[in-house]
Amino acid sequence: DLDDVGHKYSLELVLEDILDRDTTVNCTAEVLYHLGNKNLAPAVQFTLEGDLKNTDEADNTFYNQIRSLEKELVAENIPDSHGNMPPALEPIHLLGWVASGYVIWQNSTENTHFHPAQIKHVKQVKRSDEYLEFDYMILLHEMVSQ
Amino acid sequence: DQVLRVVPETLQQAQHLQHLCSTLLLDLWKPLLPADIRAGEDLQMRVPAPLVQELKASLDQHFIAYKVLIPDVQELVEQSMPGGRSSYRQVPQGYVYTQYHPMKEIYEWMGQIQRSNSELVTLQELGMTVENRTMSYLQISQPSNKPKKIIWMDCGIHAREWISPAFCQWFVKEILQNYKSDPKIRRLLENWDLYILPVLNIDGYIYSWEKDRFWRKNRSPHQHGTCYGTDLNRNFNSSWGSVGVSYNCSSDIFCGSGPESEPETRAVAHFIERKKSDILCYLTIHSYGQYILTPYGSTTTPPSNSEELIHVAEKAAAALMGKYGTRYKVGSTSLLLYSNSGSSRDWAHRIGIPFTYTFELRDTGTHGFALPPDQIQPTCEETM
Repeated sequence: DLDDVGHKYSLELVLEDILDRDTTVNCTAEVLYHLGNKNLAPAVQFTLEGDLKNTDEADNTFYNQIRSLEKELVAENIPDSHGNMPPALEPIHLLGWVASGYVIWQNSTENTHFHPAQIKHVKQVKRSDEYLEFDYMILLHEMVSQ
Repeated sequence: DQVLRVVPETLQQAQHLQHLCSTLLLDLWKPLLPADIRAGEDLQMRVPAPLVQELKASLDQHFIAYKVLIPDVQELVEQSMPGGRSSYRQVPQGYVYTQYHPMKEIYEWMGQIQRSNSELVTLQELGMTVENRTMSYLQISQPSNKPKKIIWMDCGIHAREWISPAFCQWFVKEILQNYKSDPKIRRLLENWDLYILPVLNIDGYIYSWEKDRFWRKNRSPHQHGTCYGTDLNRNFNSSWGSVGVSYNCSSDIFCGSGPESEPETRAVAHFIERKKSDILCYLTIHSYGQYILTPYGSTTTPPSNSEELIHVAEKAAAALMGKYGTRYKVGSTSLLLYSNSGSSRDWAHRIGIPFTYTFELRDTGTHGFALPPDQIQPTCEETM
């Protein structure tokens, strides 16, 4: 409890690779929730014990797949009501989850607990350069307010 | 014959599959027409036995990924035929417990379960929902000359928590399929009557199938029909409206216009109140989070039998973990989760039922409410 500043938490956690649950990396972090200004995202510092796996190959495969599509990608309800999703949409799903992580961080306080629930809609935005751009509509579940 | 799931990743692969479907006359299950085959969308087809080898070779040569969903169609067909294996006699033919079912099918299932197990099972009406649907529970009671205490379990008080009704159905199936052969279940039925309510919030459940997968509340109209739904698990008469609620209809934790304002709440509460001196254990099943929660949510003051409650819950969590390694946390709602008032579990304990627990089933957020069907079996088995 830091007077006039906020609440600081020291954490020890283990990161699990989503694509390979047996691969883990230890992590220590400090999270500061600011007193007063609830619009400020919590400040996060972290150190990893070791390296995260290199994803260049998977990234390139995904990039090339999307580039080779005839029309801009459009998809909805990932996963569907039953929790299923086509394997081909798995990278789109993961990308959406990563992006959600940022939004969740920006909106987190000590009294929130967010999880991404579903990608309602995603569409690829046409670009003239070599970047890929996606417009996501994502539902986030906040546990406390439900 | 085999059923394959194939995912063409490129336009070329999609075209090749269209070609194969048309020339080999394969039985395309999904999509409906070869012309609808798209890159990135999965495709399911039944391949006649004589063509299986040739087809797989062709897929391999074009680097098209596939998975065998059904290795032997004939075997599966035989399994779901009436007059098949005797172990299916007590359970409705072909009811797939590893899939989620809409309410209409659950109603039918309840009827069939009662009919095919009439020596043990009776179907009892509890009341009506807002939209006038009948709420019924299954009473599993082994005839005996000694009076038995009751274990009550309800599922689906929150519409979007689909794994919960799936678990109630699984539970009933397990009990009825195994009570003759499994000594633990035999002993259970010798000593207790089981009352199972597979879907408490029927209107909400239907709404989550038809309109909004993440609906939580019931479907009572407010503000002249401009806003819908009360959180039934904030609507019970236990410190109602005090903490962890909203008085605003648009919130997902709206506690209603008063304690027991909702017909679903009243149906359950009046019944349990009447039978309370015979009810040993009140269980209510939710998702997600992987918790076994004890009273209370409205206060951190522990209940009088806290030690015993926690002790039993910890044994349950240990047994659960023994199955697949899944970790459940044990503790009171107010300490482990958040503050809430008006919960059915708190209310049940306050009127004197000694053992009251809220289960939050799998998972911890990866899939959340949309738990894939391949997790139904392990979730139910470990919880069993």
